[in-house]
Amino acid sequence: MLDDFFVRALIGGIGVALVAGPLGCFIVWRRLAYFGDTLSHSALLGVAIALLFELNITLAVFFISIIVSFLLLFLQSKAALTSDALLGLLAHSTLAIGLVVLAFMTWVRVDLMGFLFGDILAITVEDLVLIWVGGFLALATLGFIWRSLFAATVSHDLALAEGVKTKLMNIIFMIVIAAVIAVSLKLVGVLLITALLIIPAASARRFSNSPELMAAISGFIGVLAVVLGLNGSLTWDTPAGPSIVVAALGCFVFSILPFKILRVSIFKQTTK
Amino acid sequence: MSVSSGEIVTIIGPNGSGKSTTAKIALGIMKPDEGISSQQKNLRVSYVPQKLEINWTLPLTVKRFLSLTNKLDKTNLDTILGETEISHLLDSQMSELSGGEFQRTLIARAMIRSPDLLVLDEPVQGVDFNGEIALYSMIEKIRNKLNCGILLISHDLHVVMSKTDRVICLNGHICCSGTPANVASSKEFIELFGVHAASNLSLYEHKHDHEHLPDGQIKHSG
Repeated sequence: MLDDFFVRALIGGIGVALVAGPLGCFIVWRRLAYFGDTLSHSALLGVAIALLFELNITLAVFFISIIVSFLLLFLQSKAALTSDALLGLLAHSTLAIGLVVLAFMTWVRVDLMGFLFGDILAITVEDLVLIWVGGFLALATLGFIWRSLFAATVSHDLALAEGVKTKLMNIIFMIVIAAVIAVSLKLVGVLLITALLIIPAASARRFSNSPELMAAISGFIGVLAVVLGLNGSLTWDTPAGPSIVVAALGCFVFSILPFKILRVSIFKQTTK
Repeated sequence: MSVSSGEIVTIIGPNGSGKSTTAKIALGIMKPDEGISSQQKNLRVSYVPQKLEINWTLPLTVKRFLSLTNKLDKTNLDTILGETEISHLLDSQMSELSGGEFQRTLIARAMIRSPDLLVLDEPVQGVDFNGEIALYSMIEKIRNKLNCGILLISHDLHVVMSKTDRVICLNGHICCSGTPANVASSKEFIELFGVHAASNLSLYEHKHDHEHLPDGQIKHSG
């Protein structure tokens, strides 16, 4: 069964979606969409470095993401630029450096489109192991720090004053984001990873009245988007990553349609 | 300055005088540029921040918010919900609350933690006058019940809670400090707000020995 590239893509995609859903909720709540985008853009630099030094691509991407996020924290505390300008600067310069380094390496043939938009054909059984083990560790970590991270998300000052180790929570959170970006690279590509984090979470908001429910629904919508997107990709011969994102967008559009019956039944408890 | 257990200290001062900054330094959220700030070890702290914005993307019921940094104890919960009059809001979303309801929820959450130190940064903002009186008597009650230290910040330069032990008037530095005089004896105040309000509020008399110049410098008299 695992010999079929489509089954491998499906299993890998579901693994990524299950962890990207809950993680994406925190990214939406904390208004970190652009931060996620910056880290995923820097993934290409990770790819270039991995190819240059013949390292494992996933690990290289993981460490580059972590370095970029710490660089960002450092620049935020030092530089006179605002956060959004810094994010834009880091996102595009790391992407550009990655592209330039790849162009210099004339001896390696790289499928650039695969890295930018995902390449389901490239998913191997080892990748699946990496996705599921890495994904499980990321999700377990998120579950372990859930309460504290959530308190820090609602109010950093309040959580810090009342004894939550907010700094540690932020660092762990960044490491989890880096890990998820690294494992989802092959599936959706660097340009579209953030979509997989944000769109399912955004779609889940309308159907949720608690953070935990939103995280669960977000994971479910992510899985749905992967299944629909990959099937669409196979049927119409479209690239895998964009197809998954389009499917996720479809879920989002569905979620904002004014279905009264659906909303009333879900929000029954909260209506005054 | 310090806050001991069982003591209510009120910081007053005009806008931008450093009241919230002082509270944040006491809480360890900010580090002082000069001097030191310390807390007793294993101190259970509750904080009611001046501003707390909960964005719409966060699905958060009042009940979940109350247990943000602690577990809920059923009997304690019922008492505090009754005192703050938010029992009917338990399943409402935080983003749907009115200003006064939101403020009462913030205070309820701080009380549920049974703190040793309670820091309230303008806790009665947006609460109507009767609600304000009720909140002040509740703050007093919690002090009596838990014997906790309370640091209260108010922007009202003259009217403070009558149970305040010490008033510190801040304006970039400690301007003056002392005990408040009870307004119950002030006839005008009773006429204006009634006996109940007067017994809960006090007037603070300012005794400055210096002047604030427009550029922020301080001129000492004499």
